[in-house]
Amino acid sequence: MKTLNTLKPGESGIVDSITAEGAMKRHFLDMGITKGVPITMERIAPFGDPVAVRLRGYSLSLRREEARKICLR
Amino acid sequence: MGKNKTLAIIGNPNSGKTTLFNRLTGSNQHVGNWPGVTVDRKTGQVKYGGKAADMVDLPGIYSLSPYTQEEIIARSFVLSDELDGILNIVDAANLERNLYLTLQLIALGMPMVVALNFIDDCRAQGIEIDCNRLSELLGVKVVPISAKRGENMDELMGMLVGEMEAPRRQPAYLHGVGSAITRAAKVLECLPVRRASLPFYSAKLLEGDAAMKAQVELPPAAAAEVERIASGLSSHMNSEDREMIFADALYDFVEDAVRQSVTRPEDPPLTTTEKLDRIIINKWLALPIFAFLMFLMFATTFGPVGGFLKDLLEGAINGWLSPSVEGALTHVGAAPWLVGLICDGVIAGVGGVVSFLPQIVILFFFLSILEDTGYLARIAFIMDTLLRKIGLSGKSFVPMLMGFGCTTPAVMAARTMENEKDRRMTIMLTPFMSCGAKLPVYALFSAALFPDHAGAVTFSLYILGIVVAILAGFLLKKTVFRGVSAGFVLELPPYRMPTFKGTVLNMWEKAKDFITKAGTIIFLMSIIIWLLQNFTPTFQVAASSADSILGVLGTVIAPVFAPLGFGQWQASVSLLTGLVAKEAVVSTMSVLYGAGSTAALSGVLGQVFSPLAGYSFLVFTLLYMPCMSAFATIRREMGGMKWALGAAAFQTVLAYLVALLIFQAGSLFF
Repeated sequence: MKTLNTLKPGESGIVDSITAEGAMKRHFLDMGITKGVPITMERIAPFGDPVAVRLRGYSLSLRREEARKICLR
Repeated sequence: MGKNKTLAIIGNPNSGKTTLFNRLTGSNQHVGNWPGVTVDRKTGQVKYGGKAADMVDLPGIYSLSPYTQEEIIARSFVLSDELDGILNIVDAANLERNLYLTLQLIALGMPMVVALNFIDDCRAQGIEIDCNRLSELLGVKVVPISAKRGENMDELMGMLVGEMEAPRRQPAYLHGVGSAITRAAKVLECLPVRRASLPFYSAKLLEGDAAMKAQVELPPAAAAEVERIASGLSSHMNSEDREMIFADALYDFVEDAVRQSVTRPEDPPLTTTEKLDRIIINKWLALPIFAFLMFLMFATTFGPVGGFLKDLLEGAINGWLSPSVEGALTHVGAAPWLVGLICDGVIAGVGGVVSFLPQIVILFFFLSILEDTGYLARIAFIMDTLLRKIGLSGKSFVPMLMGFGCTTPAVMAARTMENEKDRRMTIMLTPFMSCGAKLPVYALFSAALFPDHAGAVTFSLYILGIVVAILAGFLLKKTVFRGVSAGFVLELPPYRMPTFKGTVLNMWEKAKDFITKAGTIIFLMSIIIWLLQNFTPTFQVAASSADSILGVLGTVIAPVFAPLGFGQWQASVSLLTGLVAKEAVVSTMSVLYGAGSTAALSGVLGQVFSPLAGYSFLVFTLLYMPCMSAFATIRREMGGMKWALGAAAFQTVLAYLVALLIFQAGSLFF
């Protein structure tokens, strides 16, 4: 399945599921990364990681390994 | 007249909470601590309709989940009996994510009003919010405000008071999970908690919140019943992931409420933040911009501007204050010992430290601007990959940067990091940053011993601190803090213009802290040191300071530092008093060497220290354990004396080894 980290800047997807556990999953949910939400890759940090995504009208930064735990449909 | 009502301001980080708090409470503020933790508990008084209420500024949170320390504090406070009403501040331009917290607060069933802040930014973006419709959907009053300009403050307080006087309506009903929440809440009626908040307890228990389970200690039969309702919900929703079910339900409700009450322009233009981010955190421009801003900050603070102000203040103290006081005292016939105590003890000691006030204020001015504009989060974004290499996270950069100002608030700033390992490591490494109080020591020695290269010497110490932090980071990562570092989920908040009032207030607070410290701790230290060095252990007037109590004490310790090049007892005593406050190293030296002014002290140091020994002394001062205030903060933040002592021992041993290496290796060449 396609995951968030594979998006290129400017590309978008819709969240399908989260494979993270515990505190990380809770944090994702609290920040609004829930099923069905559209999410856009905004940009990549100068050193290639982390990435910035845009969802629900705001920007969020997360590492690639974290973005890998967000599955898109 | 009963006790004052207690209100709380709650909202997401970057929602303008502090501005609103300052606006409502004015200068009527009091900063304390939450029990058991060092998170500031800011309380202020608000006046409404002739009455007064206590307003508590809760830390900014995204959710009432029990993960970060801020969330835990906020959650236990809103569930406590202390609370009478909630003022929920919401960023109107970022409504969806902000209302997620609002829904959780509504479930508490407390009197509550929602303040839609930044309503002007919203209008500028062409977004219209129908507050009446939103209010109907949420079941709580919604007021558009501008905390910055003070718009609608009276309406806000009036509505909150009205809510407290009239009983509340039912919490918003969540589609899908609503009936399960109601049924479980019935079961929970046996609990000795606030009845109105049962929907909150119910939702958390159904969700499987372990902290809540442990907190309420439900009787087995009730627990089984709640579990039965939860598994019924799971099979009904066709999902085993209950946390997900609830988060989805909350966000579904919010999305629907926003759809019904917010009108956006057809083709929304890019926001200012999006435009700015295209440049500021652009792949190619981000690093040059970052480097330039850092250069600007340090160059202004320690370069011409800060230096000029410092010289001005120093000149006023040494050239005018000290001679005037001495003249006046002699004129009224004061005893010579009293003149000595006041001029050589107090004025030399306190004055040596106070002259650094301008630079500290300038540094905090920049830090405050960086934070208020939203740039600090971008720094974390830019630097994360580099910091990860030494086992830290981008979020460590902020505490580290603040460490150049003062270790105590910097250690506290590490609290925003949810990963324990990252947080502890950041706390252990932050003291290696050259805090503002170490600057007087650097400035004194480099001017005295390296008059032609004073700037370069001071700069080298700043760099050395960073290098040692990096190496120590590697070391700790391989030993104490092994394993993966986790978590870098960080909001990049909208850029905002810092308010003049907020910036000035922040600088004033820092300046006040610094002056208070100089006026109390340093003042006392200066007197005590002056006394200790003028009396012998048998309380006779000492013929020379070497025979004094301090001299004797210093002579005992001094041999330990002989291999580092500074075996003088005065140096040992200065390092000891430096534990009280690092800047006390300077004041102690000026008292011990009997130097009335910085220039005189400079001259003495030039004779007593070789340049290499002086540099070694500076290296030790840079790296050894931080001052008592920072140490106490580290103990509280690390949650135990064992950790704090471990960190202090680590830092001091490292300081000894590095200074030893520099002095012994240097001796081969110079």
